[in-house]
Amino acid sequence: MTETNAPLAITLRNCAKTFADGTRALEPLNLAIDAGETVVFLGPSGCGKTTTLRIIAGLEEPDAGGAVLFDGTDVTALPIERRNVGMVFQSYALFPNMSVAENIGYGLKIRRMPAAQIRARVAEMLGMMRIEKLADRRIDQLSGGQRQRVALARALAVRPRALLLDEPLTALDAKLRDTLRLEIDTLLRSLQITAIYVTHDQAEAMALGDRIVVMEHGRVAQIGSPREIYQKPASRFVAEFIGTMNRLTGRAENGVFSCRAGRIAWADLPAHATEILFRPEDIRLAETPEQASLRGQVAAAFFLGDRTRLFVDVGEAQPLVVESAARRDFSHGEAVGLTIDPRGLLVL
Amino acid sequence: MRNRLLFSLQLGFTLLVCAFLIVPVVLSILAGLTVNYFVGLESGLTLRWVIAVWDGYRDTIFLSIGISLACLALTLVLGIPTAYVLAKRQSALSRAIEELLVMPVAVPGLATALALIVTYGSLQGFRTSWTFILVGHVLFTLPFMVRSVLAVLMAIDLKTLEEGAASLGAGFWRRFRDIVLPNCRAGILAGSLMVVTLSMGEFNMTWLLHTPLTKTLPVGLADAYASLRLEIGSAYTLVFFLMIMPLLIALQLFAQPRLEKFVAEDDKND
Repeated sequence: MTETNAPLAITLRNCAKTFADGTRALEPLNLAIDAGETVVFLGPSGCGKTTTLRIIAGLEEPDAGGAVLFDGTDVTALPIERRNVGMVFQSYALFPNMSVAENIGYGLKIRRMPAAQIRARVAEMLGMMRIEKLADRRIDQLSGGQRQRVALARALAVRPRALLLDEPLTALDAKLRDTLRLEIDTLLRSLQITAIYVTHDQAEAMALGDRIVVMEHGRVAQIGSPREIYQKPASRFVAEFIGTMNRLTGRAENGVFSCRAGRIAWADLPAHATEILFRPEDIRLAETPEQASLRGQVAAAFFLGDRTRLFVDVGEAQPLVVESAARRDFSHGEAVGLTIDPRGLLVL
Repeated sequence: MRNRLLFSLQLGFTLLVCAFLIVPVVLSILAGLTVNYFVGLESGLTLRWVIAVWDGYRDTIFLSIGISLACLALTLVLGIPTAYVLAKRQSALSRAIEELLVMPVAVPGLATALALIVTYGSLQGFRTSWTFILVGHVLFTLPFMVRSVLAVLMAIDLKTLEEGAASLGAGFWRRFRDIVLPNCRAGILAGSLMVVTLSMGEFNMTWLLHTPLTKTLPVGLADAYASLRLEIGSAYTLVFFLMIMPLLIALQLFAQPRLEKFVAEDDKND
């Protein structure tokens, strides 16, 4: 038997959600998720990402006119228990009245699998998540990371057609989050299951997503691969929500952008530009400050070990974030020159 | 030194309070076993009064047990779904219903009983049946069941647990049986204990609701104290204890197996 059923293609057609109190949680959304793909819904709280996931799961119904299609079949009217999707909740939702093994086997019991087969499958899942020793534990005897592994094992035990994860790592501490993120990534790739992952953490989204759906105020702000989202953000919101973005304000004239700190030559500079954006990795400290086209003063410097993160005051509202690998200390107020790689420049 | 003094004082006070509560019980039991209470213990011990009570009031004892168990069954059937709905629907209406449910506890039992008689007194078959008393008891004890189950349901993340079960394929009844009931077991047990003891000892309402043929144990006890020898009344109390204690212990034991398992696994963990 294969690890899961054939991966599922999911289509959302015109799915909107208005709650009973009149709040519009989700504007009409059209989205096609390919079989076997990992799609991450990313956005701040209240952006509609969890609502979208719950509509796909069958825990919420879309407003009239919306439809959810699994492999082309309309499942809008089916409740979650008949959709055969695995779900991992932020709070894990493990059953306190059952042991770890019973939790993992619960979905199989409901499917009336013979006891011997359930035992074998549970053992297999425990092995896959490397939690064999926890089989007989009660849920309240588990740590957060262990609970997360049990929740994953339980959701995957029934060979779901898709795996839905609702902020599964949010409740864990940073170090554990990194470990589990890697584990989940490896798991999703090896299972080749269609996975939908909701998070507000952009690092998680970048690491896990084949595609990222960035959401804001119930609307899709951008859909794209992590690289597209990062390097070609479609809006200011996306640009600033993901990673760090530097900003210079000024005026464009004949392919030269003038700002308080100096001048930047850029062949593709749009004539109307009053603001240009770029990532910290696209700006470097100039070797000879005197000849640099941009100049500023160090406002703060944080030594990070492999590099130093500098905040450089260039007369703007926000200092520029610049990273330097130089093996030296920087002093407050020190004059520095900056060079920008024009390939990283953006106008939005 | 000061700690020991404090400890002694606390111990003394505790023992004093215990004595205050237990001595009347012991005296009452002794009174039911002495030949003549006014002469005292030197008149000798006897089971005569206990036998007299058993002969005369046996029916009240069985009726009380019957009513309290029927009351328990009804409060379970009515109370658990009520608590479940109240826990799931967090609206102003459900809060209002929750408050209204407590009314029969706040209103004097006599008033509730009178209202029942005024309303249903003319239904002869109902009025003279033990089920008339049962209705009063259910009214009075239901809030205790609802409250204790509700308290447990509110303490767990019921919604997410149910969603988790649903995501694994469990329909409503399956979820209710596998997830909701086991996880509010503690509340159901606490409520059951409360309902059985309250129903067993209920006097206020029952005093008005009973007929000569439907006397419960507390009503019979009042009868015995009012109209017969003190020894008989006391022997009755003794019988009351003997009946209710095993029942309460049995209910407690019902909760026990799970508790032991819990402790054992905790130990393994250390």
